[in-house]
Amino acid sequence: MKKRAQFDHVSLAFETPKGRLNVVEDVSYDINDGDFIAVIGPSGCGKTTMMSMLAGFQKPTTGKVLFDGAPVTGPGPERGVIFQEYGVFPWLTVKQNIAFGLKLKANRVPDSERDAICDHYLSLMGLADFANSYPKHLSGGMRQRLAIARAYAVKPQFLLMDEPFGALDAQTRANMQNLLLKVLAAEGKTVMLITHSVEEAIYLASRIVVVTARPAKIKEIIEVPFPYPRDESIEERPEFGELRSHIRQLVMDEYRAQQAQMRPASFSE
Amino acid sequence: MNGQVVRRLLLGLAPWVGAILLWYAVRWSGFVNASLIPAPHQVAAKFYELLTRENLLLDIYVSSRRVVLGVVLGILVAVPVGFLLGWYRPARTFADPMINFFRALPPIALIPLVIVYFGVDELAKLVILFYAAFFSGVIVMYEGVSQITPLYIRVAKTLGANEFEIFRKVIIPLTVPHILTALRVALGVAWATLVASELIAAQRGLGAMIQNASTYFLLDVIYVGIICIGVIALIMDLILRKISARLLVWQERAMS
Repeated sequence: MKKRAQFDHVSLAFETPKGRLNVVEDVSYDINDGDFIAVIGPSGCGKTTMMSMLAGFQKPTTGKVLFDGAPVTGPGPERGVIFQEYGVFPWLTVKQNIAFGLKLKANRVPDSERDAICDHYLSLMGLADFANSYPKHLSGGMRQRLAIARAYAVKPQFLLMDEPFGALDAQTRANMQNLLLKVLAAEGKTVMLITHSVEEAIYLASRIVVVTARPAKIKEIIEVPFPYPRDESIEERPEFGELRSHIRQLVMDEYRAQQAQMRPASFSE
Repeated sequence: MNGQVVRRLLLGLAPWVGAILLWYAVRWSGFVNASLIPAPHQVAAKFYELLTRENLLLDIYVSSRRVVLGVVLGILVAVPVGFLLGWYRPARTFADPMINFFRALPPIALIPLVIVYFGVDELAKLVILFYAAFFSGVIVMYEGVSQITPLYIRVAKTLGANEFEIFRKVIIPLTVPHILTALRVALGVAWATLVASELIAAQRGLGAMIQNASTYFLLDVIYVGIICIGVIALIMDLILRKISARLLVWQERAMS
């Protein structure tokens, strides 16, 4: 199996007025082509920092973060990022948002193809009726779909998602998860998902990386035994329940450990 | 639909009618010597007289031209300077105290110096208005630009944008609202400074008209001048607001 992304003994620390703050400590794992990795851990533990290093926004203090065998030096269109805050451009219409990446030099999409790509993702994400609306008229779920459509349009081979569904209500969230699975089944991408929801991690991921309280270390890497395509019925299976209570236990232990550290919560993530 | 338009018109008109009524009330109440307060209808008559006999339109034109020129030049410089200060933190630490020093100086206090260095011609008035427009605009610009969230820039980078594309496609659209606000603020300040700038031996202009009238105690002329300034400033602001609304349809407003 081809290795897409590698964390090789990665650590990251900040110098603060109160001393050195270790955020990520000696993390090593590989993400293979076609993997769906979910990273789960207590909030503020440094999960987002891990993703941020692979996205190219932060550099490890020690160790190496590799993408396709080469060290990550900065962000790039082959690694699509879906931010927790969506980041849809408010000054562009829905369609212009999707077209944004396609018009950039780096992606070199001919004008003739641009419209077709936009229309494809507009209908796939159920945004066709809002093509010419500004984001201010969209609901949270629609903004999230727009952010996904925009990231997909430039055809990244790798998707980094930072708690993408965290701010959505339960129904919208379930709907978005299914949509994501559907799109992945159709377009086949490698995904690294940051989440704090155990159910979401099991439902979506092929492998789950449980990280510890800060500094983030790897606690356990768990293979999810359900084949794709998946639907809600897997949640009724006894293995789902067992896996859920096992992971929940791990995460709760770390949550308690984090509370016990009693550090001032000056660094969230 | 139509009822709503009428309602809004009435609502907008009501305070003006109220102000005129209050004006009459103060005059008739006897608390103030009536000769010190010309009645609204007298001021209106004076307005007509100035318009037909004294070429009031020329004063309006001269003053408006000074204000518009001063604001346009001031903002043309304030936009790049304010942008640099807002964007590069070191530039801000470097220039912030100095900008606040000059901003705190009232333009009137500079008039003697302006006369010494720039004479008493059109240029001198322009310098004062430029000064007023620049320093009010630059603050608005750099406060606005320094609050631009890095999220959109990060998003653009992950989509593959290079530095130039980020500037043209992300930073400029995010800067436009602040430019428009800077223009509005500068326009207000420039009108406020106009009378002071026309203290410098101006022949025509609303400020000059007010100055001359005060020498001869022509209260009605002073009232006409003041009201003209207010009305023109209001019209210019309305035009700018219309342009803003057109350019910034995408913005979320607390009340729509």
